[in-house]
Amino acid sequence: MEMINAEIFTLTYGSMVRQLVADYEDVEEVNKQLDKMGFNIGQRLIDEYLAKSKTQRCSDFRETAEKIAKVGFKMFLNTTASVTNWNADGTECSLILEDNPLTDFVELPEQLSALKYSNLLCGVIRGALEMVNMDVECSFVKDMLRGDDVYEMRLKLLSSSTESYPFKDDD
Amino acid sequence: MPAMYSLWIVGRNGGLLYSRDFLPLPPIEFNDKLRLASSWFGMCGIAAQLSPVPDSSGIQLMQADTFDLHSFHTLTGTTFMLLTEPHTPDATELLRTTVYELYCDYVLKNPFHEMDQVVKSELFDHNLLALIGAINRRWGVGLVQQ
Repeated sequence: MEMINAEIFTLTYGSMVRQLVADYEDVEEVNKQLDKMGFNIGQRLIDEYLAKSKTQRCSDFRETAEKIAKVGFKMFLNTTASVTNWNADGTECSLILEDNPLTDFVELPEQLSALKYSNLLCGVIRGALEMVNMDVECSFVKDMLRGDDVYEMRLKLLSSSTESYPFKDDD
Repeated sequence: MPAMYSLWIVGRNGGLLYSRDFLPLPPIEFNDKLRLASSWFGMCGIAAQLSPVPDSSGIQLMQADTFDLHSFHTLTGTTFMLLTEPHTPDATELLRTTVYELYCDYVLKNPFHEMDQVVKSELFDHNLLALIGAINRRWGVGLVQQ
């Protein structure tokens, strides 16, 4: 497959966000749209991830998170994240990104301080995991564009079922 | 003589999304194809239940005296079926890597493709035929003219 220059990718993403801001005029709505777009991307991108990384089924959510951080981010964004802050039952963790190629040239103006610029990534993770029967919640809690020291995404597993066809009758 | 006969793709709901013959084969009626595809999908699901260990992939290979059926069930639920001459080498590997990658690149990345809908992609057709055609020619079997 053809590769594109990373800067073109960054700029394209930026102009898309800019257009959404112009179209929706409401920051919350833009955040929602970015998440939705990411979700649709994630649903398709998961197959490429599986095909090219040749990974097998993950045994637990910890492994899933590690793979997203180390293999997934590497493959699609050429960066890696670290996984920390696990809760006691292993259903919630943070993905820390120190380098986020989406935001390379970006400064957030004051009136848009509520904009979650990289919210697309959350949607991608949600969409991708949905395709392998995991319901997750994902959102940015720290954003360098808003003055934090890192990008932090909080990832929470709501439910997972390995169940597939044929479904049990008593469901 | 080894040869690749045809590729079928079955969606998450058991519907036939794509089928393509690589050699001149006796035609199967479209409705029959739909029925066969969804029956195979069901059989793979049932076979997985027989597994004493959880998370079985279902049927991977079915061998008959006249053909092999390589079946690859992705973690996202899509099933790829490759019909080949018995004992055609490397077919499983081809299905799991190259064909799956072509599907990702040319079907899923096409913004006009809708999830779980019939695959209509010239680029996918073209690249798939080129790939399988080259393999078939290496074994000295001709490619059907589309």
